[in-house]
Amino acid sequence: MDQEKMLWIYRKMQEIRKFEERALLLFERNELRGSVHLYIGQEAVAATVCSHLRDTDYISSTHRGHGHCIAKGAELGPALAEMMGKATGYCLGRGGSMHIADVTKGNLGANAIVGGGVPIALGGALANQMRGTDDIAVAFFGDGATNEGIVHESMNLASVWNLPLIFVCENNLYGISTHTSQSTAVEDISVRAVAYDMPGETVDGNDVLSIDKAIVKAIERARSGGGPSLIECKTYRWQGHWTGDPQVYRTREEVKSWMEKCPIKRFEEYMVSKKIATEDELKKIEEEVIVQMDAAEKFALESPEPDPATVMDNVFCY
Amino acid sequence: MSKKSYSVAIRDVIAEEMSRDDRVFIIGEDIAEQGGIFGCTRGLLEQFGEERVRNTPISEAAMIGAGVGASISGMRPIVELMYMDFTFVAMDQILNQAAKIRYMYGGKATLPLVIRGQQGVGRGNAATHSQSVESIFMHFPGLKVVMPSNPGEAAGLLRTAIRDDNPVMFFEHKILYNTQGEVNDDPDFAIPFGEANIVQEGSDVTLIATSQYVNRCKAVAEKLKQDGISVELIDPRTLVPFDTETVIDSVKKTGRAVVVHEAHKTAGPGAEIAAMIMEEAFNYLDAPVLRLGAAACPLPFNLNLENAVVPQEADIESAIKKVLYK
Repeated sequence: MDQEKMLWIYRKMQEIRKFEERALLLFERNELRGSVHLYIGQEAVAATVCSHLRDTDYISSTHRGHGHCIAKGAELGPALAEMMGKATGYCLGRGGSMHIADVTKGNLGANAIVGGGVPIALGGALANQMRGTDDIAVAFFGDGATNEGIVHESMNLASVWNLPLIFVCENNLYGISTHTSQSTAVEDISVRAVAYDMPGETVDGNDVLSIDKAIVKAIERARSGGGPSLIECKTYRWQGHWTGDPQVYRTREEVKSWMEKCPIKRFEEYMVSKKIATEDELKKIEEEVIVQMDAAEKFALESPEPDPATVMDNVFCY
Repeated sequence: MSKKSYSVAIRDVIAEEMSRDDRVFIIGEDIAEQGGIFGCTRGLLEQFGEERVRNTPISEAAMIGAGVGASISGMRPIVELMYMDFTFVAMDQILNQAAKIRYMYGGKATLPLVIRGQQGVGRGNAATHSQSVESIFMHFPGLKVVMPSNPGEAAGLLRTAIRDDNPVMFFEHKILYNTQGEVNDDPDFAIPFGEANIVQEGSDVTLIATSQYVNRCKAVAEKLKQDGISVELIDPRTLVPFDTETVIDSVKKTGRAVVVHEAHKTAGPGAEIAAMIMEEAFNYLDAPVLRLGAAACPLPFNLNLENAVVPQEADIESAIKKVLYK
């Protein structure tokens, strides 16, 4: 990985972190409503995977989708405005936190139905295959989705059609409150790839370099017509399932132990130790992102509400 | 004009549209070598190759999800379901994804997707393979709902469906596949959605029927003519969008209405149509609007029992006489 890419990943991780922290503050101040599922702690996955994608590559995302959207090119202002239901949001205030999409950037959308986005990314991969380009698609989903039938149907179909699709599973150990040990028959979700005759690999989802190694391999395979792959990234969400989650199912010690494995901090230490960037340079990026986030917040707060007279717009395309 | 069966009319339009537009392709179960179990894709594999005529595994949810994703990504997929009853195993992709994505994304996604297949009674397929399921898709905004009743309309409506930029649910009927009819040969022949067909003009009663009941109602109307009853028969052709104007104008003229369909009467399309007539033409009605649909009973296997559940010609005739107080 070259220096430029590493700095891009670092900046995206910071954007996601600051965005999520700000969203939580705004939620606590009642500036945003609805279901808000924060991605803090998982930033390395979205940033590293998307660092290898083009605008013509597609992704589909999940209910915990802000990170994927930002990494795939969403601007912070319209993303936050969407979460506030404003007219300037990505979906004109119709979609909210769980449905941010930007098809022009290849983001086929966050998806509030667990597993629901996976066949949609498959359709994007199919479109790219049929157009004969080497563009690909990535389906992001969580550990919980791997117990949905649609995900298994999609893995089988992707393999049968040899589609340029990468299944990226973020295993953050809990489906809402239920630990994977209670819900999932296998410890490593990547072994499920065997059933569909595709490569499967489990990596440390808090480590940019491990994710990078796996995704580079999978992307090369997909772009060259080699077909789909499954990558499981073991990670952890620092916040509850949603912003109001009482989190009775896990201990403070457990959360603390994962916070010590912060993906951003880890990548910072790596870059400084390898002299890829100095602490000051990284601090500067962080400060730039804070300024960017302040502007995004101002934009979202000052944006107008959608006009109720437009509520029926876009049910159909005319 | 050419004389064709309903299934050949459908096949030919798919072939013409695939020739016209490289983005159109078709996926489904047993549609390639086999040509579909009802023959609606026969010969397409030979003409267009396996890239654009794709057999799928028996994975209806993934098929439709693939169609949703490919349509947002710039293609124009047709997904054939062997039985429209199988929409039930793919409901999330149809109702939560296909129907809502355009709206949910603030109009910034376009989904030119056709989900088509056959439904209905008539071949002894019993409860899980004989249903008429269209009303479910009328209920949730975001889908167009099409019910062609003969080969010519199947061709014209399917062409509109394939060229439409919205998701379309296209409900064929299994017993219509072998029926013959005149089909317009113009490769651009298309019937706009939301325009009902006045199959036959009349003055005493408005009879609204869909799919196979259009033909059956035509025979009933012919018979009633001999009794001096003049029936105006309307085929809405599309339930979403619905041509309210044609129906209301007719009811204002006749003062009476009967709605006939094969879907269950309870919360079926007739409930919506009857309520709409009541809301918009109440002062013109000389009798309550009557609805005929399948009884609130799963479709039975035995033919006599099946006939006992869905409306028969005699039921249509007596409903018409009832609104005429005869």
